[in-house]
Amino acid sequence: MRLLIVEDDREAADYLIKAFREVGHMAEHAADGDDGLALAEDGRYDVLVVDRMLPKRDGLSMISTLRSQGVETPALILSALGQVDDRIKGLRAGGDDYLPKPYSFAELLARVEVLARRRGGKSEETTYRVADLELDRMSREVRRGKDKILLQPREFRLLEYLMKHAGQVVTRTMLLENVWDYHFDPQTNVIDVHISRLRSKIDKGFSQPLLHTVRGAGYMVRDSTR
Amino acid sequence: MTALGKLFRSTTFQLSLVYLTVFALFAAFLLGYFAWNTRRLFTEQINATVEAEVNGLEEQYRQGGIRRLVQVIESRSKQPGSNLYLATTAAGEGLAGNVGFLPTGTLEKSGWSETEYRRLDEPAGPHLALIRVFQLPGGFRVLVGRDLEDREKVHNIVISAGRWSVALVVVLGLAGGLFVTRRVLRRVDAMTETTRTIVEGDLSRRLFVAGTGDELDRLAENLNAMLERIEALMKGLQEVSDNIAHDLKTPLTRLRNRAEEALRSANDETGYRAALERTIEESDALIRTFDALLMIARAESGHAREDIADFDAADVARGIAELYEPLAEEKGLALNVEAPGEILMRGKRELVSQALSNLVDNAIKYAVPDDAHGEITVSAQTEGERVLLAVADNGPGIPEADRARAVERFVRLERSRSQSGSGLGLSLASAVAHLHGGELLLSDNHPGLKAVIALPRGGPVQKRDDGQEVPGGRPSA
Repeated sequence: MRLLIVEDDREAADYLIKAFREVGHMAEHAADGDDGLALAEDGRYDVLVVDRMLPKRDGLSMISTLRSQGVETPALILSALGQVDDRIKGLRAGGDDYLPKPYSFAELLARVEVLARRRGGKSEETTYRVADLELDRMSREVRRGKDKILLQPREFRLLEYLMKHAGQVVTRTMLLENVWDYHFDPQTNVIDVHISRLRSKIDKGFSQPLLHTVRGAGYMVRDSTR
Repeated sequence: MTALGKLFRSTTFQLSLVYLTVFALFAAFLLGYFAWNTRRLFTEQINATVEAEVNGLEEQYRQGGIRRLVQVIESRSKQPGSNLYLATTAAGEGLAGNVGFLPTGTLEKSGWSETEYRRLDEPAGPHLALIRVFQLPGGFRVLVGRDLEDREKVHNIVISAGRWSVALVVVLGLAGGLFVTRRVLRRVDAMTETTRTIVEGDLSRRLFVAGTGDELDRLAENLNAMLERIEALMKGLQEVSDNIAHDLKTPLTRLRNRAEEALRSANDETGYRAALERTIEESDALIRTFDALLMIARAESGHAREDIADFDAADVARGIAELYEPLAEEKGLALNVEAPGEILMRGKRELVSQALSNLVDNAIKYAVPDDAHGEITVSAQTEGERVLLAVADNGPGIPEADRARAVERFVRLERSRSQSGSGLGLSLASAVAHLHGGELLLSDNHPGLKAVIALPRGGPVQKRDDGQEVPGGRPSA
């Protein structure tokens, strides 16, 4: 994956470039909005990671300019402004995701990978399959092997989101945002309890677990035999 | 600047000067106009009288010749207060009349003129007269005139009245101007003095309001209202910074101690790893506290009032209950929802959800462990024009005396010190309620705590420019 990091703080940028390289991604750097715009214009990157406040041209303006030029590279906005209103402004400007500072690298990585993969267009599929787990989005049925699994509506949406991003780490915040549509921190980790309920329904009694906890990051649905 | 200089430079005084000049000019103009007109009127009347005399004398001459004319002039001259008459021969020899002295050459020119004269029967000082000289056939010259003393007297009276009134206007105007200016200056000086002490840091001072309802009073009232708000904000800021100092520095110190401790005593990778992980956990908690603080500050300042929309409060209650239900169950608590149907209201769904989630989180956190009958009820209902979002538990509750304090930032009542959490849950809920123009109510649930977020259905009341409060409007059904 090719990433462009537009960030004016040299140390933060170096840290990100190094961290992305360690997990096998290529990351390039632009120090201000104009440079970022010039580099991203030809659409050669898979994901843009853009700081909101940049010298010369701010992040939001850079992204909306790219969008008006027809460059659809997914963009994640990093910002010290973490309020709901700021988030909405960021998304309106053409950003695809919004992450308030300070963030954990695991969170950023998970979100960037989801953004990069989104271009594949998996959301069009009507049935998600991971090993012998099958989720039919039309009939809203879930089966594991031959057994039909009964899920509550929210559990269904939780599993749907996890399976849509099968093989990718999905963080708790991503689940809270995408499954529940809440953008605040619920203090206690309520998501964990929902996950363990779901896990007891889809993994209990099967030799191969499919819903994995990724330590320090989140969860992942994955066929571990492949 | 001297006191006098200050007086002269004040707006009020300068305004008085302008008015003074205008009024003085007006008075001068008025009296000048009056003087000119009376003078003209007098002259016209005299003209008419003299004209009539002249015609009469000409008639007498035509009928009875020079003898008759001389007779008539003689008799008319003797009447008291009579006009002036003089008839001479062509050579300038006096025939009849009552004029004793005339400047030489006066009789040479025919027509109207003003001249000095002296009467025969009244030799004192020369007087001014308006005269007409005409020539009769046979070379006789006749002068008819009228004394101008009355005209001059009236004129002089009017002119002196003019001078006096202008002088009076100037004196009274100056005195009035000085008086008003001094009064205004005194009040402005008092205001300046007060503002100076306020600027120097005493925010509790207020400007004096005289109670007359004039423009200075209105200004003072507005400034006082502004000071009130500034003081409240400053106080809030002061509290926040005190609390930040305490509640952020404590975990920061802990963080630092752990790192030091790890450097000193950890001697293998596992030790370092554990220390680092705890450091990250601690910093995450710090970030959460910080976010909550920022959120509260924003909600309290009223900034977050943009983007208000209609949403279903019952749905919010059901959503939050659904989010927390597994957690409650895991702790052995029953979580019930009483939020049927749809309750549309105006506000910020996200913030109301967050506030409610904080209340539910608290209820779960403080529920007595191992209590077989632990129960939490989340409800949404309407009461008149208000929407009540409530979280009731049967836990230990908060003693009545502590309830007000519990809403303050960072206050964790003694019993709950052991619990995790920023201590901002209730204050955040309270800030969100205030942002919507509502309030957070804590009451006894017999036993337990009932926390109610009471919000106006129409959304936050907004101050219009004219200072009148208007509701944000009813939600569209």
